[in-house]
Amino acid sequence: MYENKRLGFLFVLPFVLGVLLFKLFPFVASFALSFSQYDLIDPPEFVGLANYQELATGDPLFRKSLGVTLLFAALAVPLRVGFALFIAHVLNFKMRGINFFRAAFYLPSILGGSIAVAVLWRFIFSKNGLVNLLLSQLGIEPIAWLADEHYSMWTIVLLFTWQFGSAMVIFLAALQNVSVSLYEAAECDGASKFQQFWRITVPLITPVIFFNLIMQMVHAFQEFNGPYLITEGGPLSSTYVLALYIYDQSFRFFNLGYGAALSWVLFALVGGLSAFSFWSSKYWVFYAGEKERK
Amino acid sequence: MTSSTETLVLNRERGRPWLRYLVLGLVALVMLYPLLWLVGASFKSNGEIFSEIGFWPSRFDFSAYAKGWKTSTEYSFATYFLNSFLITIPRIIVTVISCVLVAYAFARFEFWGKKLLFSVMVGTMMLPLIVLRLPQYLLFRELGWLDSYLPLIVPSAFATDTFFVFMLVQFLRGIPRDMEEAAQIDGCNALQLLWHIIVPLLKPAIISVIVFQFIWTMNDFMGPLIYLASVEKYPVSLALKMSIGATEEVEWANVIAISVVALIPSVTVFFMAQKHFIEGASSSGIKG
Repeated sequence: MYENKRLGFLFVLPFVLGVLLFKLFPFVASFALSFSQYDLIDPPEFVGLANYQELATGDPLFRKSLGVTLLFAALAVPLRVGFALFIAHVLNFKMRGINFFRAAFYLPSILGGSIAVAVLWRFIFSKNGLVNLLLSQLGIEPIAWLADEHYSMWTIVLLFTWQFGSAMVIFLAALQNVSVSLYEAAECDGASKFQQFWRITVPLITPVIFFNLIMQMVHAFQEFNGPYLITEGGPLSSTYVLALYIYDQSFRFFNLGYGAALSWVLFALVGGLSAFSFWSSKYWVFYAGEKERK
Repeated sequence: MTSSTETLVLNRERGRPWLRYLVLGLVALVMLYPLLWLVGASFKSNGEIFSEIGFWPSRFDFSAYAKGWKTSTEYSFATYFLNSFLITIPRIIVTVISCVLVAYAFARFEFWGKKLLFSVMVGTMMLPLIVLRLPQYLLFRELGWLDSYLPLIVPSAFATDTFFVFMLVQFLRGIPRDMEEAAQIDGCNALQLLWHIIVPLLKPAIISVIVFQFIWTMNDFMGPLIYLASVEKYPVSLALKMSIGATEEVEWANVIAISVVALIPSVTVFFMAQKHFIEGASSSGIKG
């Protein structure tokens, strides 16, 4: 029965239709749209490369936004993945209460995308919020987290880092496949915990580090809720990430062609960085199974 | 390289996990304290919220809940919660049905273009969805679906949440086919097989799908923001946003109380199913 190709295709048909209708068509359409001027009222008008020209030469806000997005990703992705790996490493021993800790660390990544948490964040970083209360106890002057362009970025980076749980459980599953005997052997040879982490744990799970880095990068470049709700892109556009700019251009100002061009820049950025990671991965990602097969 | 005494010391250290507990405990405290504090603050007065670091309120005051629930709009949060469920529940149902069918095809059947389709599925997991938003909006506008829940539900009926398909495929691949072969000999057709053998085996993975889809859809903000125009149709996420955007002077006590209420469904579902679905989440990532 499982050889019945028609039956198999019938089962997969919803997916085929879904991809064509809701993924492939919009993908191609947004590319076409990026070469047009369209405001939802008059029909789209072909303008060639004008949108791309505009954002490359005549749009300082785009340049600002691009810089902000890159900075955000450069800070937030290593922090989240690094933290996830570190905590997974500490959790990866037979110990009591592991289920409690695992759930505790996982919970923020589940709730983090909600508006309620954005409200909470806005609130604890407000002028009289929890963080400043804590700082004042330590004798530190309160910081205008949300109003000072030097600090606003950190509030959304911290929110992103706070949600390291989903990357952590993936690391944890990978770590449980690393043989305990390796650590025992290293311990006998006098390797410190620090050395064990860098010489055993990290090299053996490079494929999973790679996977998490790529997935989290894709997430970071699309981060919207944090900047939209907590800092509202400000102050002085210091958290005005591309996702926010795309939203404003597309759905607030209805410059649909320009919005599409912006979103293709974002796509090219993510695609380019992914391609670069895949290219570089042959130098640092080690697939144990592959080696054995050779 | 090392003396035997050193080895002994190190071995003893392995049996002394207090440092590990200390690190984990501290990190857990820092991570969960904001949430705990939010719950405490929801019972505090406006003045106490901005002056007390402790999360335990000096006096339990429920008035913020009552005021927040009523909102400054003509609808109460009862409406917004109902709206959220009207989106979430149908979406979960169509997601489970479509994703199980598609995952079954990928994991068991041979068909033309299977490899290509599978790569497409994995590829779309990495595709920044924001690129698709605009044309999707235009498509739903063309269909006359704007300001309805259809744009939020219908795509899921076509297994477009590929993360779930991938998770189910991974799970199915780990299950031996003996039972299915036996059932085939007994004369089961594909649908009977799916219903009587595959679905019961897939139960833990299906629970993960339900939990994830529930929480993600409850959290979803950008979707409703783009597609819904009338306040009476707003889900909780949009209504909450409205309550902090309506006035310059935010009534923090009320907003905090409602934020706590808004988190309750997700937190409840999380703790009810956490054992199942954390495992589901981790196995979906990478095997081996």
